[in-house]
Amino acid sequence: MKSKFVPLILIFIFSITFVIFFKGLKNSNIYTPNTNLKKEVPSFELKSFENNSIIISEKIFTDNKYYLMNIWASWCVPCKEEHKFLMKLKKDERIELIGFNYKDNFTNASSFLKDLGNPYNIIVSDKDGTASIEWGAYGVPESFLVYQNKIIKRFIGPINNEDLLEIQKIIDEIY
Amino acid sequence: MASLIGSYSLSFGLFFSILIIFFSVKNLKDAEILDKKIITFTFIQFFFVVISFFGLIISFINSDFSNETVFNHSHTTKPLFYKISGTWGNHEGSLLLWLLVLTLFISIFLIKSNQQPKKYRIFTLLFQQIIIVGFFVFLIKTSSPFNYIFPTPNEGLGLNPILQDPALAIHPPILYLGYVGSSVIFSSALAAMVTSYVSKEWAKHIKQWVLASWVFLTLGILLGSIWAYYELGWGGFWFWDPVENVSLMPWFALTTLLHCILVLEKKKILTSWAMILSIATFALSMSGTFLVRSGILNSVHTFANDPERGLFILIFLFTLIFLSIFIFIFFHSGKEKLENNFFWLSKETSILVNNWFMMYFLSVVLIGTIYPIFLEVLTANKISVGPPFYNKLILPFLIPFLIAMAIGPNLNWVKSDFKDKFYITIFLIISFLLSALIIRQFDINFLINTILVTSAFFLFFSTSREFFVKKFRNLSQNIAHFGFSLLILSILFNNIFSNEVITNLKIGETFETEKFTINFENVEQEDEKNFKAIIGKFNVQNLDGSSDILNPELRIYNQPNIITSEADIKTNLLTDKFMTMNYVQNQEYFNIRYQVKPFMIWIWVSVILISFGGFLSFFKKKYEV
Amino acid sequence: MKFINIFLIVAIILNFNFLKADEIKTENKIAKNLRCLICQGQSVYDSDSEFAISLKLVIKNKIQEGLSEDQIYNFLKMKYGEWILYDPVFNRNTYFLWLLPILIFLAGGAIIIKRFYNKK
Repeated sequence: MKSKFVPLILIFIFSITFVIFFKGLKNSNIYTPNTNLKKEVPSFELKSFENNSIIISEKIFTDNKYYLMNIWASWCVPCKEEHKFLMKLKKDERIELIGFNYKDNFTNASSFLKDLGNPYNIIVSDKDGTASIEWGAYGVPESFLVYQNKIIKRFIGPINNEDLLEIQKIIDEIY
Repeated sequence: MASLIGSYSLSFGLFFSILIIFFSVKNLKDAEILDKKIITFTFIQFFFVVISFFGLIISFINSDFSNETVFNHSHTTKPLFYKISGTWGNHEGSLLLWLLVLTLFISIFLIKSNQQPKKYRIFTLLFQQIIIVGFFVFLIKTSSPFNYIFPTPNEGLGLNPILQDPALAIHPPILYLGYVGSSVIFSSALAAMVTSYVSKEWAKHIKQWVLASWVFLTLGILLGSIWAYYELGWGGFWFWDPVENVSLMPWFALTTLLHCILVLEKKKILTSWAMILSIATFALSMSGTFLVRSGILNSVHTFANDPERGLFILIFLFTLIFLSIFIFIFFHSGKEKLENNFFWLSKETSILVNNWFMMYFLSVVLIGTIYPIFLEVLTANKISVGPPFYNKLILPFLIPFLIAMAIGPNLNWVKSDFKDKFYITIFLIISFLLSALIIRQFDINFLINTILVTSAFFLFFSTSREFFVKKFRNLSQNIAHFGFSLLILSILFNNIFSNEVITNLKIGETFETEKFTINFENVEQEDEKNFKAIIGKFNVQNLDGSSDILNPELRIYNQPNIITSEADIKTNLLTDKFMTMNYVQNQEYFNIRYQVKPFMIWIWVSVILISFGGFLSFFKKKYEV
Repeated sequence: MKFINIFLIVAIILNFNFLKADEIKTENKIAKNLRCLICQGQSVYDSDSEFAISLKLVIKNKIQEGLSEDQIYNFLKMKYGEWILYDPVFNRNTYFLWLLPILIFLAGGAIIIKRFYNKK
């Protein structure tokens, strides 16, 4: 009944399992989605933040320019951290910032911008967070770099100095 | 001070391992009887671990924040009960508890096994010592519970509030009794192979350990499930979460072993299979520890995510696995042809069928749990395996399993025919009609649900009849099987009859459905010792005119600063009414979840019945012999 | 276009009560089969995170737009990847996941029959 074949297979299977578990240990278990995407910008129709006029996505991302779509909220603490980097980015004329005001109320959000400055060219409000889902976003803060109606790169979590440099590098490559 | 003593005790304990191993090996060669010194040393080792464990408990009680573990997991405002349970509510402490139970069990083993051959006892002790040394080294090297911090902080970081719960306070110790019990089975199986003692006598002797571990494991899983039900606030009791699966896998293996041992006790067949199961049970318990502790899994209850610790357990686990494969190949002889004859319809067959299905269920859970890890490492694709997968693969197979479970125990050994054909037919017909009647009321998948409920009813009726026919013969087994039928029925009905609603409500608002009306009356605020509570008052009017007052709570804990939601559950014999309230960002309303869950209490009762069956069987042995 | 829209709205309102119970059921069913990506091992249905709340709304809207259950899963798979689906799709990556347990079951049966009942 017992051949030499079975033990060898057993040892083989367990060795493979060991190696896989060993490698699995080194992977982080926090999900990091692919950040380099080449997806079309999802179309949306949202109310403008300042007044209730409707803003259509097709009219925003069409110029031969870079756009940074940034999801933010006044109640989100890391948003305050990234804000100074957004302000720096604002000075760059080759890029426009589009703000997605996420599940926020107008008074808090306005005073947030008043205190820290307004880096956005256009702000739309995503009252219930559904438009962000269309973008495949996870929450606040999150940013998408858009060029020619395509999402080039996404940044999950607050933008930091490194991200800022990376964005500028990407822009430099084309110009 | 207590920490210091605890720390030294650990080192002494490890030192005694060396003494035990030395004298055991020496004793193997010389004398005919077991050296008394070995037993004494084992007790002393246990004693040191007890001291070390008490050292940690005392540090927790005194809130001695110079101890890193206490600092990370306790707080002065915490109630005494949770200070104590906080001892094993963390990685380091829980490992110390493992070690405590390991040394306790080997001491008990040495006392209880004095009728067994000397060589077998010594080898069991030796294998157990390998595990014990592994845990000692693991504790001292990577996760010492007695790390000293200076300067001493004034206040601790606190225990995660969702872990501050009576069910969860006793859940780990009970579960570990089950896990570690399987380590004794593992060591003794290896020892039995090395000393060629795999026999009916061995089966009789180890059955006690299998039963004990099985009862504890069952209760441990039950407690975890109860905790998830009322603490996590989702109204479910089983989520097919990896961490839950990890405790279910050894349970499957142990249940299989329990049935397999029944055969081995009577005649010497299935020896290789029993050995494989004994090894698998402990290997699965250990891999559970690995998967949970290493953070390789994405789960609700991931504890410490320290790759170094994960690596240690991984290497240790595979060392044990390879050691047992080696012993199995070189020492175990599979010669058992002599008594290998029985008719297709016999008790042996029914037990084989049990083993077959149990192994299938185990493989579903095992593959579902670790497949995503394999896929991610090999292809970098990440997938989720959740409840739909397990339902699809397990539910259809439950049908033949339940029917076999109803018929099997009535068959004779070696050769049998269907007894009581009359009752089998009658019960099948009644079960089918009853199920069809019930399921017809609901617009759910008729066919599969009817057949499932039919088979569960069939087992229910068959085992109920046994109580009258057999009276006290085989009572333990019958209670366990009856409990299992009750469990499956309760789970099925719980799924089918459940009614749930999620809605946003402001204070004063009313929500209406066809079956009930929820009225959000008001909220009150209360200050407790370590949290602030916001208590909602809800009045639920039912169709039949009765009404319930439900008071779900939001708790804002001070240390650490976490908001939790406490469900309010009104339980009666037929249904549970379950309500939670949640805070919503930037809104005046609260998110309300109201569920009517029928037969909830019967799920718990049936699992208690199942383990009570095992418990009875543990004592049966004594008065029979 | 406008006429069709109005017609649709009227039709929806007329059917509303009738459809609503069914819609909620499908909604809950879909939410239960999705992983809440920012939580630890919770389904979207069970979670009360911002992400899950919005996602539930999206599901509701999509159902009202007339998308089928499978279309909604596909939509979310496109946005978030297979990681979001609790019910793994049967494809090249998951052949083994779905078939291995069945194979083990068959092999187990074969071993039992061969070993104990196949007597010469």
